[in-house]
Amino acid sequence: MQAVLWARANLFRSWWSTAVTLVLIYLIVRGAWSFIDWAFINAVWSVPQGPNGPNTAVCHAAQGIGACWAVVKEKYRFILFAFYPYAEQWRPATCIVLLILLYIVSARRQFWRKELALLWIMTLVVIGILMWGGAFGLTYVPQYQWGGLPLTLILATIGLAAAFPLSILVALGRRSTGLPAVRLLCVVYVELIRGVPLISLLFMATTMFPLFMPNGADIDKVLSAQVAIILFAAAYLAEVVRAGLQSLPRGQNEAADALGLSYWRKTGLIILPQALRLVIPPLVNTFIGFFKDTSLVLIVGIFDLLKAGTTAVADPPWQGFGNEIYVLLAVIYFAFCYAMSRYSRGLERDLDRARRR
Amino acid sequence: MSTSLTDPAPASVAEKGPPIIILDKVNKWFGQLHVLRDVSMTVAEKERVVVCGPSGSGKSTMIRCINRLESHQEGRIEVDGTELTDDTRALDQIRREVGMVFQSFNLFPHLTVLENCTLAPIWVRKTPKAEAEELGMSFLRRVRIPEQAKKYPGQLSGGQQQRVAIARALCMRPKIMLFDEPTSALDPEMIKEVLDVMIELAESGMTMVCVTHEMGFARRVADRVVFMDRGEIVESGTPAAMFETPQTDRLKLFLSQILRGH
Repeated sequence: MQAVLWARANLFRSWWSTAVTLVLIYLIVRGAWSFIDWAFINAVWSVPQGPNGPNTAVCHAAQGIGACWAVVKEKYRFILFAFYPYAEQWRPATCIVLLILLYIVSARRQFWRKELALLWIMTLVVIGILMWGGAFGLTYVPQYQWGGLPLTLILATIGLAAAFPLSILVALGRRSTGLPAVRLLCVVYVELIRGVPLISLLFMATTMFPLFMPNGADIDKVLSAQVAIILFAAAYLAEVVRAGLQSLPRGQNEAADALGLSYWRKTGLIILPQALRLVIPPLVNTFIGFFKDTSLVLIVGIFDLLKAGTTAVADPPWQGFGNEIYVLLAVIYFAFCYAMSRYSRGLERDLDRARRR
Repeated sequence: MSTSLTDPAPASVAEKGPPIIILDKVNKWFGQLHVLRDVSMTVAEKERVVVCGPSGSGKSTMIRCINRLESHQEGRIEVDGTELTDDTRALDQIRREVGMVFQSFNLFPHLTVLENCTLAPIWVRKTPKAEAEELGMSFLRRVRIPEQAKKYPGQLSGGQQQRVAIARALCMRPKIMLFDEPTSALDPEMIKEVLDVMIELAESGMTMVCVTHEMGFARRVADRVVFMDRGEIVESGTPAAMFETPQTDRLKLFLSQILRGH
């Protein structure tokens, strides 16, 4: 009864809204049905193995009618780990698990203490050892062989973890009244970095920057890209943080000053906790944006998740099955981004509960 | 209000000590606007001074200069034997000894009432946490809201918030308390609870400089009333003398306006 009333009030109020409702229902049902048809009913789930690798004739026959999930089954190792040596792929797989565990632990507010920073450093060191090897009996794997999901996660995690504190310093610097030189430096940094596309920054970092280095100083491509991402993300995050700083009433500063708190105490205990809380939505927005923007590193020849996916279907027997791969990649990206946005909403709610003005 | 102008004035004359705040020919400009003109004033230890005047008279600016929330451009300000300059270390030293209560409370909304009180003792005075909490609770009891210690400022009424702000300042055990229109942002029914706390504090012998329009309060506790208008000190004296025999037209006009308002 409730549902009928609700539908009457919201969907069939007038002949016009009834018409729109009916058209939309038709389009949604049709769209959903064709997707189900393609993705499940007519899908090909596996292909027979021929003498020269998989025989993809069935898939080619079904092309356009049904999805060929066999390509995922066949290629998922390459998509997830790219050119990382096949026998050693348990190492990047462990790294994925470690990173996800790290996210989960960091998300719990009761773990927000000094030890958490230590845990981050330790985890990143372990991940470094696992990825590079060359110690503890692990074979050495140079960085150009890294790729896939672990690389994407590493670029995004280290990128944002380093960019965030940097952005806070830049935002504080940009607002400092006593140190005009520092302020100028921060303004120039933000405006310069924001004024260039990330792609050109990535190019500069990986191809132009090494030219200025002394001969023999071989700068790793992944490392250069990582630095470029950190610098780029920090400039954007700094503006978000600055917005938070600006929206605090002046009285908070004055009250802290009047109590005799030093600048850093005041900033750390009074200003930042409130300012950052205010900008959680735009912060997470920027985080999600940069998580996806890490895929731009493919432009300088780094095999991140997206690039590994597109390369997987360059293999002749599997050419033409990009859609299936893109669906898979979309699901992976969505899982991470949606988790971030859900978490931020929960965090906002938790933090707001205590503080109704 | 709590006490009216016609109340008998027990002008409590306590033993006053040596000068603890000295303003000597202080001048300040906001851009072109000359907000403090040759302001000179001395406050003795344990003295209670009420500063009044029409809005825009520079009284808030003057009180904010005493702990350098505003900096003056000319003249000399000395607090507790130290001159206020750009030296931040000396400034932090002075600010520990000078408590301030604001018109808009300025409590820290992300901390509980007790945390608001213990923050500065813990981080500035390096008091151990347990001791700071004990201190905080004792001052919350003094302002009569110990039961709100675990709440957040946003959950309290304006009067309660202002009393917490007073407790927060007292937790630093300051030698001087500055009040910048502490009751102006309050609903009428809450003014009394704040004034009562301030009266108690005044009677305990605290050195106080108070910008307020509460003439009843001034009458009851002030040793001296200072009247400011257009950036200068126009007249000062005991509350009785000021209110009963104002010398200047400006003060007469101000008093008539204030009284009409009540």
